Order: sequence, then structure tokens, then C-alpha cells
Amino acid sequence: MITLEKVSFTYRSGQRALQEIDLNLEGGDFIAIMGENGAGKTTLAKHLNGLLKPSQGRVLVDGEDTRKVSVARLSRKVGLVFQNPDHLLFSETVKDEVAFGLKNFGFAPEVVHNQVMRTLEALGLSEYAETSPFLLSGGERKRVALAAILATEPDYLILDEPTIGQDYQQKERLRNFILQLYSQGKAVVMITHDVEFVAESNPKVILLSQGRIVAQGPADSVLSKDELVKKASLVRPQMSRLFGELTKYGLPSDVVDVHRARILLEEKLSEAKVRVAQNS
Amino acid sequence: MAHAPREIILAKNLGFQYVGARRAAIEGIDLSIRENEFILLTGPSGCGKTSLCRCLNGLIPNFYQGEWTGELLVDGLSVTTQLTSELSRRVGYVFQNPENQLFALTVEKDIAFGPENLGLSREEIRQRVDEAMNVTGTLPLKDLAPYELSGGQQQRVALAGVLAMKPSVIVLDEPTSFLDPRTAEEVMRATDDLRRELGLTIVVVEHRLDLVARYAERIVVMDAGKIVADGDLEETLDEKFDLLEGLGVGVPRVSLLWTMLRRDGLVSGKVPTHVESAASSLAGMMNQ
Amino acid sequence: MSLRTLEGFKFSTLKTPVHLLDPRTKFLLVIAVLVPALLFANIYVMIALLLSQVPLLFVGKVARRWALSLRAGVFLSALIFVVNLFTGSYLSAIALTLRFLVLLTSFSLFFMTTSPDDLGLALDRIGAVRWLSRRWLGYPNALSFTFTTAVRLVPTLAVDAQTVVDAQRSRGLELDKGNLLKRVRNYIPILIPLLLIAIRRSLELAEALESRGFPGKEGRTSLFQLKLRPVDYSIIAVSLAIIGISFWVYFHYKIPVL
Repeated sequence: MITLEKVSFTYRSGQRALQEIDLNLEGGDFIAIMGENGAGKTTLAKHLNGLLKPSQGRVLVDGEDTRKVSVARLSRKVGLVFQNPDHLLFSETVKDEVAFGLKNFGFAPEVVHNQVMRTLEALGLSEYAETSPFLLSGGERKRVALAAILATEPDYLILDEPTIGQDYQQKERLRNFILQLYSQGKAVVMITHDVEFVAESNPKVILLSQGRIVAQGPADSVLSKDELVKKASLVRPQMSRLFGELTKYGLPSDVVDVHRARILLEEKLSEAKVRVAQNS
Repeated sequence: MAHAPREIILAKNLGFQYVGARRAAIEGIDLSIRENEFILLTGPSGCGKTSLCRCLNGLIPNFYQGEWTGELLVDGLSVTTQLTSELSRRVGYVFQNPENQLFALTVEKDIAFGPENLGLSREEIRQRVDEAMNVTGTLPLKDLAPYELSGGQQQRVALAGVLAMKPSVIVLDEPTSFLDPRTAEEVMRATDDLRRELGLTIVVVEHRLDLVARYAERIVVMDAGKIVADGDLEETLDEKFDLLEGLGVGVPRVSLLWTMLRRDGLVSGKVPTHVESAASSLAGMMNQ
Repeated sequence: MSLRTLEGFKFSTLKTPVHLLDPRTKFLLVIAVLVPALLFANIYVMIALLLSQVPLLFVGKVARRWALSLRAGVFLSALIFVVNLFTGSYLSAIALTLRFLVLLTSFSLFFMTTSPDDLGLALDRIGAVRWLSRRWLGYPNALSFTFTTAVRLVPTLAVDAQTVVDAQRSRGLELDKGNLLKRVRNYIPILIPLLLIAIRRSLELAEALESRGFPGKEGRTSLFQLKLRPVDYSIIAVSLAIIGISFWVYFHYKIPVL
């Protein structure tokens, strides 16, 4: 379990990035941290593996205070995938790239090899094992960066803006993969402002604004509240805006994903059809 | 409009293959764009949309080398015979990453950068810079450094810098990827306002159709270097929905919902492209 | 050198009287400090030169940042002091350490209060720079432009560097582990991404430049012009006088350390 107790963080420049954040994270959790640019999302993520230490309060990873343990040791449990793969890819082949973390953590060569192959397989990258990561497309590079972290089998996976620059199909693939991970008992946290992606993945949402948690709860209840969403410089998902217009027909207002919308409307529209038939 | 709008971009069987690439980035492109149109250009990653945009302002073939086929006319000029610096007066380009397109250390100097290259008189530059700052709302930012601005402000400054060149066409290549949703909407609205006020032609590359659907009249869809759909946005979403979904184009959620309900036989009529039209159609049905 | 020392050389966008001076004026002022500082290894001269710059630091509102760069410079000062202690007297060691601080102060004052844009404009006015630029790069203002762009990219690349370090540490990289050779090798995963990012950025920048009509034709105009104001002329006069007097004294008298 990762626990944040009243965590505040102030940068050396004096900018207050986080204020009194309380948060618990455990296996099987799926959380989306959302908020405006500069709300403190990435700062928060860097606290989870000890890259940043709180100015006040503390962060405990499985009971260990992040101030007392090295980043390398924390990173075995907490995998942080950075937004831009360019910031981490450097190896000659995709295989070496994925092996880098495992080698740093001191695994035996045969374990490294098996683990690399398994991860590449799981992410559909096997055919590129011997290719240079720099010859791959943007979407593929993003997947290599993810593989590089996943190979070490962290218990907690933190994804910083995983959907930026990805087309719809790539997002679908990512969503399925995340579902698979947290159903295996891992904790997955994604930092994002992609409201439609969150609306359809249905995680718990933590809304961050100016360094504070302003709301948390299921995606459908948080993302359908106009006031909150505005505060975090987001917009409501299309379904929520649609259902906001239809409340007078007895439809709920907290609908954010298209599948629930369909079921609700099917019912309503069938009723209306029957009514029309009876009247005529 | 009183008179038929002029054709500003005309591509005939246009193709391009980068040096060292195994296949053509774009091929067999036939495209005609009229003045003052707002066009949404979309398609899956690697479909060639950015390459097509690079042709429009001459980055291809001037900056990127490769094999060019076919013909492309911008404002009556053949792209292959013009330098990018000459085309920059006609086609403005706003890139995805705002950080890498601002050069100077203040907003005002950055906006002046383009007109300075054109060798205009100081008075003319002054006037263009002021005008560009006014229409994009960047005047209050004029003494700030680009790195002191938010992402949304940076993209507005980039727009202003392009406007100061007085182009007739502006190409925006995924201009909102790094912005939060509210800011992204503001940038798209500002772009559409400019189109209306200044009579510009706009081409936006975007994955998220819901962001642009309100403004774009026409959609051009690419796949594997070719144009696979081109037409009125609403009609295309209505008639070619399956094609778009199959390609992995991020269709607006309301359009998807409508299509599903239509398959169930519960609704009929055209697929809506934005929330308001979907809401009013559904309300109409439930009022019966 | 730590990133903190660099802070002391980063331009700040303020509009103080010092910032508003013409870059050429300020450059001459740096020379006017440099010349006596290098000609005379005298403690009083050094203290006078140091103190004379203090008011400018305050007027330019950069005193706090200067102090920061000084703090980072403490190590180097100590090194200079110790080395000179072995090679000469303790008095000359003090004088040479002070000289280092004088030079550090005048350069950091110059860079903290001079916009690289203005510096670029100043370079553009120098015929030799334009000539060289045309010979090497084909355009008269390419050299000054290269300079301003490089300066502008420094803060951006500093952020990139920090992100790369963070990203690799998150993959278990420990920079200060192992013997010397291992430690040097530890920097490969930092340097390669950073180099590639810098290249990628410059390519994107080049694309954006082309799209904004750069370099244009011969007659590139500039909206902003450097203008020498009366205050510039008076500072130029004072600076020239200091330089002249320094040389005169240097050739006619022998100035002791104390």
C-alpha cells in the first residue's frame, strides 16, 4: 500500500505545488488523477517513487518512508512511466532497452532474458526485439517505454499522460491492457486530462486543482459535476453534457460512458415508442 | 456568400516518398480546397496527414527531401517552384509543440519575427504585429517570455506569429495535444473566430473529432497515404460511420451513441455531430 | 558546475535602468572592469571594483540571484586561494581570489541584465560578424541568430536534462554507484536521450523557422532597434576614461599588491 499523509511540496523557486494531499493506493486500485496543466499532477506522481520528497507530511510505500529509501529501491515496486518516451530511450535495440531496468535491479541474466521476452510478447512488440527503438513510430516508442517499466513487474504502475498523441485504436489497446493489469491485482494510476478516455475506462477519479484535491469519487459522479470539472480546466464528457439536457425526461445526470447511455436510452425510447403506438 | 469562393489549394495526383522510406508517405492525393473553408484532416497515426500538411507550405519538398509526383497549386502557385519563405506569406503553419516554434524572448518580438524576414518597412511590421496581437488577445502578454506562458497562451502566440505574415491559409497540426480540454476548446474557438473575421481558410489535423466537429464543415480522412473519405462532415459521419470507426478515427461519442440506437431501430435520421443537436433530436422523440 | 551557478547567468525579463542600457554600453562597462582587474593585482583596486558594481546589482534587481551564483562560486574561490597560497604570498592569493569574484560579478551582471535578443541585435550591427556569417553560413544575420537561439534553448534543455535524469532513476539507475569507470558509464543513459532530444528540437525549430519565412531575402528588417541614449553616452565616456587611465597608470607606475 502507498499512503500519502498530509503531503505538501514547495519547489525551490517558492512555487507551492502540492498542499496537504491525503491518498491511499493499493493493489486492484485504478485511479485517474486529473486537473489543469500545472495543477501538480506530475509533481504528485514523482512523490510516489521518491523522486521528490514531501516538504511536509510523508509518503509511505509498503510501510517505508520515501525519505529513508533510495529511488532505485522504491522503483522496484513503483513503476513510473514518463509521458515522453524520448526522455528515456537510449539503447541499441528494443530488447536491451527493456532489459535495462532488470539489469539495474540485479536480476540474473536468464531471468532478464525471459522477462524481456514475456513483456515484449504481452505488448505486441516481439517482432521489434532486435530493432532500434529510434526507428519505431511514436506510438510504438511509447509502448517500448511502457514495456521497459512493466518488465520489472512493479506492484504499482503510474502512467503520466499515456494517451497524448495516440489515435483512437492505440487508446483502445491501452485501455484493455490497463484493465488486464489491475484485474491481476496491480494498482494502476494514470495522470491525464483525456476526459473521454477516463469516462469510458471508469476508474476512481481524483481531481486536482492548484495543488489540492478538490474532489474524488467514481468517474461518473465526478466528471458530471460542471462546477468541479470547470475548476480543473476540464470539460464534461459528451455523454454527461447530453444527459444534462435530458434530465426532465427522468434520465439520470451522472452518465459519462456511451454504453450506459445506450442502455438507459433504449429503455426510454422503447417506452416512448409504445406510447406513440397506443395513442394512434 | 455573394460569389462562389475561389479555389485556394489544388492537388492533382500528389504523391511523396521520403528519402530512405520503403513506401510513399502520401500517394494519389486529389484535393481541392476553397477559400474560407474549415477542414478537419484526420486518420490513424502514420496515415500521411502531417506529410500532406508539409506539402501545403512547401516544407515538402524544400525542407524534406524525397521523390515528388503530381502537382500542387497554392493560391495559383506551384509549390515545387517556390521557396518555403515565399509560401510562408500564403500558408501559415502552427505546430503541435508550442515550445519549438517560438524563437524570440518576448511575445512581441516573436510575432514580429516573420514580417521581419519579409523585409517589410518598420511601420508595416509595427502595424501587422499590433493587429495580430489584437485579434488573438495576446496584447497583454507582449513583454513576457515564451517560457513564462501557459500552453494555451503559447499556441495563441504561435497563431499570432503566423497571422502577422497575412496568409490566406492556416494549417494547424494537432495544435491542442498538450493542452487541457478547456484550453483546447478555447484555441479551436479562437481559430474559428479568425476564419470568420479575416476570411481565412483553415486546415486542422486532429484525432479528437469532438473538439473540431462544431467548427469544421468538411472532413478529409486519410489512411495509408491516401484520401479515403472527403466531404461534408455531417454527411460523412452519417454515411461512412463504419469506415471511420474501422480506421480507428475517434468519432464523437454522441455520433457513436446515435449509430448504436439507430441499429437498434430506436432512432432514425442523420447522425448528430455534437451534443446540442443530439439532445434536441432525442428530446423531440421523448416528447412524443 | 551545478545548475545553480548557471542561475547567476540567466537573463531575467525586467525593465530596470540597468536592463534598459544598450548592450554595447554594458559590454564596454564589462571591459572597463576587466581591464583594471587584469592589469593590477592590487587588493584595494579589486575591492573598489567589486564595490562599484554593487549598486548596479541592486538597481538591476539581480542582487539575490548574484548572491546565489556567488555561493556556488565559493568552492572555486577557495580553490584559487589555496593554489595561489602555494605559489605566492597570501596577499597575492587574496588579490587573485578577489579578481575571480570581480570577473564573476561583472559577467553575471552583464548576462542577467542583457536580453539575448538585444545581444543578437548588437552582434548584427558589427560588420565583421555579418561578414563572417555570410561567408560561413550564407546569411548576414545567421550567426547572431544562432547565438540567440542557443541562449533561448538553455532553460528548455535544463528542464529536459532534469526529466531524463528522473526517468532513468525511475528505472533503477544510480548515478553515484560503482568505481570511476562505472560512474562515467552511468551517464550514457542520460547523455544519449538528451542529445537526441536536442537534435529533435532543433529540427522542429528549423521547420518552424522555414514556415515563418526565415531567412528571407537580403533585406531583413528589424522592428526593434538599438538606440544609444544620453545615459549610454555618459557611461561609455566613463568606461573609456577608466580603460585609458588604467593603461596609462600601468605603463607609468608599478602597483604593489597592497
